[in-house]
Amino acid sequence: MSAPSTPSLPAASAPGRTLAAWWQALPLTTVFALFFLVPLTLVLMVSFWDYNQYEMLPGFTFKNYLAVFDGCLSRNESGDLCVTLKTYLSTFKFCLLVWALTLVIGFTVSYFLAFHVQSSGVQVVLFVLCTIPFWTSNVIRMIAWVPLLGRNGLVNDFLVSYGMVDQPIEWLLFSNFSVVLAFVHLFTTFMIVPIFNSMMRIDRSLIEAASDSGASAWQTLWNVIIPLCRTGIIIGSIFVITIVMGDFVTIGVMGGQQIASVGKIIQVQTSYLQFPLAAANAVVLLAIVLMIIWALTRMVDIRKEL
Amino acid sequence: MADDLKDTLSKAAPMQRRSLLKGTAGILAAGVFPAVHSADQLVLRYLGTATNQDKDIADKFEKDTGIKIQYVAVTTDDVTKRAVTAPNSFDLIDTEYFSLKNIVPTGNLKGIDTKRIKNADKITSLFTTGMVAGKAVGDQGTAPKKTIFLEGEKSKVFAKSPTQYMSLIPTTYNADTLGIRPDLIKRPISSWAELLNPEFKGKAAILNIPSIGIMDAAMVVEAMGIYKYPDKGNMTKKEIDLTIKTLIEAKKQGQFRSLWKDFNESVNLMASGEVVIQSMWSPAVTAVRTKGIACTFQPLKEGYRAWASGFGLPATLSGKKLDGAYEFINWFLDGWAGAYLNRQGYYSAVLETAKSKMEAYEWAYWMEGKPAAQDIKSPHGDLLAKKGEVRDGGSYEQRMGGIACWNAVMDENAYMVQKWNEFVAA
Repeated sequence: MSAPSTPSLPAASAPGRTLAAWWQALPLTTVFALFFLVPLTLVLMVSFWDYNQYEMLPGFTFKNYLAVFDGCLSRNESGDLCVTLKTYLSTFKFCLLVWALTLVIGFTVSYFLAFHVQSSGVQVVLFVLCTIPFWTSNVIRMIAWVPLLGRNGLVNDFLVSYGMVDQPIEWLLFSNFSVVLAFVHLFTTFMIVPIFNSMMRIDRSLIEAASDSGASAWQTLWNVIIPLCRTGIIIGSIFVITIVMGDFVTIGVMGGQQIASVGKIIQVQTSYLQFPLAAANAVVLLAIVLMIIWALTRMVDIRKEL
Repeated sequence: MADDLKDTLSKAAPMQRRSLLKGTAGILAAGVFPAVHSADQLVLRYLGTATNQDKDIADKFEKDTGIKIQYVAVTTDDVTKRAVTAPNSFDLIDTEYFSLKNIVPTGNLKGIDTKRIKNADKITSLFTTGMVAGKAVGDQGTAPKKTIFLEGEKSKVFAKSPTQYMSLIPTTYNADTLGIRPDLIKRPISSWAELLNPEFKGKAAILNIPSIGIMDAAMVVEAMGIYKYPDKGNMTKKEIDLTIKTLIEAKKQGQFRSLWKDFNESVNLMASGEVVIQSMWSPAVTAVRTKGIACTFQPLKEGYRAWASGFGLPATLSGKKLDGAYEFINWFLDGWAGAYLNRQGYYSAVLETAKSKMEAYEWAYWMEGKPAAQDIKSPHGDLLAKKGEVRDGGSYEQRMGGIACWNAVMDENAYMVQKWNEFVAA
């Protein structure tokens, strides 16, 4: 409602860093510092504290980080990796699968919306349709899969009654499959929006020029459209990857709580008042996600292209 | 708004803009909204889990006394977390006795003066001495008798013998066992070992609250004859390793369809037939049955895993709110609420007052293990048992007398949680 919502208005008189500009930046900076930087610093600080059954003990110890990576240097007696590595590997696997699927689906949908739908009215309507999954709460959307995919669910009933399978298929629910399905269902929109946005800004004459120069449809797609959508693709990827890395509700509900996720480990630890250990886990997760984002932003200068 | 702002800006005057900002800052500093003054009515913030927070109980109490109960519903683990980290965010806490091992040492709870509790001496002996009908029941784990008394009003340690001050006044308690779908299993089940029986591969579930799940797992390990624990409720690291190893092996062979953490999840798993045998809580069994689906809270020969919850008062509570909280506790023990809970399959702390508020046939069914003389209905009017049916587990004495262990917080809690995470990740 006030100045902070328009921080970059060009000032009429002095375009430089006047006092007024600083004032304008102040509210957002304060909010940012209070609700982001300070808590983050606290998390970092607490991750070096000690704790007992019911309280945190200020101090400086690497105990929590050692606990996070406990037993990670070698495989244990039954040949398993340590919990942390295994959890991250499983999370990376979901990230990769979900990213690839949402990218392909999201790109296709955006392409259809941007280049095949001629009227802008229809475009808007179809675009709104894409947001339907967001009209209900996250949890309800996920729970709705259970009657569909369960042992006695619609899909299995259909397959069994038409004799396609003898026994209900078990892996439809509470499995890696159902987790990926729910993720793709939930997060494809995050791909569609930025990619669609990029596509709408492509100058149509470029495509005409490509076809005039004798490029096939695939060549145009690969050499013209995809490079010009790069920003959208990267932004969408950042959305999807960061959400999947931190998610524990979807993995919990769709995976029958039998699939580990970093978020779940942190949640269990905070439930048992092991805040320093949870903080250490959170710092590790944050570092990994930041590295992924850093790598992605190397591929495109988002600020320049927006 | 943006246009207005642009106008203001373009019309010149950095002064004007600055004053606008100053004004905004002033409004922000003052707090944009005028403080809402609450009415004179006394409101008690009741922190607990949703299973115990029944709207009817709050409504009835408000009708009787004019004091309003405001429920704050969180999970079992979060109740403890709030009690430890935000002890001023509630006026009344409903928590489990085993959580006290984490809460009492912080000094965030006040000892409840039993002289101010009218029915304190009528609280069932299960809590005060650990006896049911004159016989001692299993006390492995955090049995209430170990944590119910405090040394004083402001105390951080548990008293060894009865004192005037109680940490929690018991509200509900029960003895948990496995829930089964008799229509899908089609044979008698009599041992905890059945949870890991390969016959139910892909159709079993265990609850994913580490401190409770490990107890169920320990019951199974003992029933399978793998190991006999000196105290299931306080395992050594080696015992924890062994228990978790058993769980992991079963998980890798696909024994579990799912794990559950929330009461409603367990109901859905059972009602949908995804799971036919699992750790369960009594009201969840009741909820499955009210859907018209057969579900038994199966008594097992190794005994029950018991739990108990009660009301505690935050250390800082004083004045009118403290009086109100005492009034609520007294009202709660006075019978109406007890009868209400008994009709849901829980047990109430003061049995005789509850009995006076229940019909004779209800008492006979719920507490004496007799066949129902007429249809048994829940407080909401759903049919729970038809005429002639007998309650699972029989009478109060049979059931509570069969307690083998209690929900617990172990000395090696941190290690246990770490190993539990390993089980989930396996």
